[in-house]
Amino acid sequence: MAENGKKVMVTVRKPPHGSIYVQESIEVMFIFATYDMDLSVVFLDDGVLALQAGQDTKGLGIKGFMASLGALVDWEVTKVYVDRQSLKDRGIREDAIIAIGKDDDSGAPIRPKVLDGAEIASMMAEQHSIVSF
Amino acid sequence: MKISILVLEGPYNHEASDSAYNFIQAALAKGHSIQGIFFYDDGVYNATKLMDPPQDDRHISKRWSELGATGIDLVVCVAAAKRRGITNEVLTPNVRISGLGQLASMINESDRIVTFGD
Repeated sequence: MAENGKKVMVTVRKPPHGSIYVQESIEVMFIFATYDMDLSVVFLDDGVLALQAGQDTKGLGIKGFMASLGALVDWEVTKVYVDRQSLKDRGIREDAIIAIGKDDDSGAPIRPKVLDGAEIASMMAEQHSIVSF
Repeated sequence: MKISILVLEGPYNHEASDSAYNFIQAALAKGHSIQGIFFYDDGVYNATKLMDPPQDDRHISKRWSELGATGIDLVVCVAAAKRRGITNEVLTPNVRISGLGQLASMINESDRIVTFGD
C-alpha cells in the first residue's frame, strides 16, 4: 500500500447479506490497495455484522466472501477499523470479531482495530475521499 | 471543484441514479466540473441502450449518453457488467467498459467523490 498517496477511506455500513454491497466493497479494497493511495477501511453500523465469525453463504447459493475478509492483510489492506458502538448495539463482543490476517513473525491473528466514534470522525475529517458502501 | 460520481443502483427501481444525474446537473450549473462517472453493482444497468421507457417518462440511459457526449468520462465496471449481461453490444453511446482501477484514478484526480446508492 502506498502510504504517501491520497488518503482514501472505504466505509462498510450495510449488512453482509441481502445485497451485494459488502461483497463488492471488498473488491474495491483489493483493487485500491494496489493503487497509489493511503487506504483505510471502516466497518460501522450494520457493516460490523460482516465481522462476525462463523458465517457461511453456501446455503444461500452465493459465493462466500468471509475468506476474502480473512485475507485483507495479505492484500495489503492493513488499516482496518471497526466502530465500538456499532458492535455494542448489535451484541458483538470486541474479542469475537474475525481476524483479517496473521502477524508475519508471531503468527498471531490481526483483527480490525476497535475505535470510538470520535476517533473515526477525526480520521474521516483527514480523508481526501470517502467511498461509502 | 472537480467531482467524481459513483452510482451503485440501477435505473427506475431506486432513486439513486436520478439523484446522481440531478446532482451532476446542479454541480455543472454551479460551475463545477465532473471528472468521471463510475457505474458499479446494479449501477451498470444504467448503461444499456436496450431500455425503452414510456415516452412520457425520462430515458435514463439516453440521459447518461448525452452527458457522455459533452466529454464527461462514463465508465461501467467490467466485472459487474459481465455478471449482468452488459456488453459492448448493448452499451449506450459515449460510455465505456473498464475496471475498478478507473474508479481509483478518478478519485485520485478529483477533489471529491460522491456515492449514490441504496
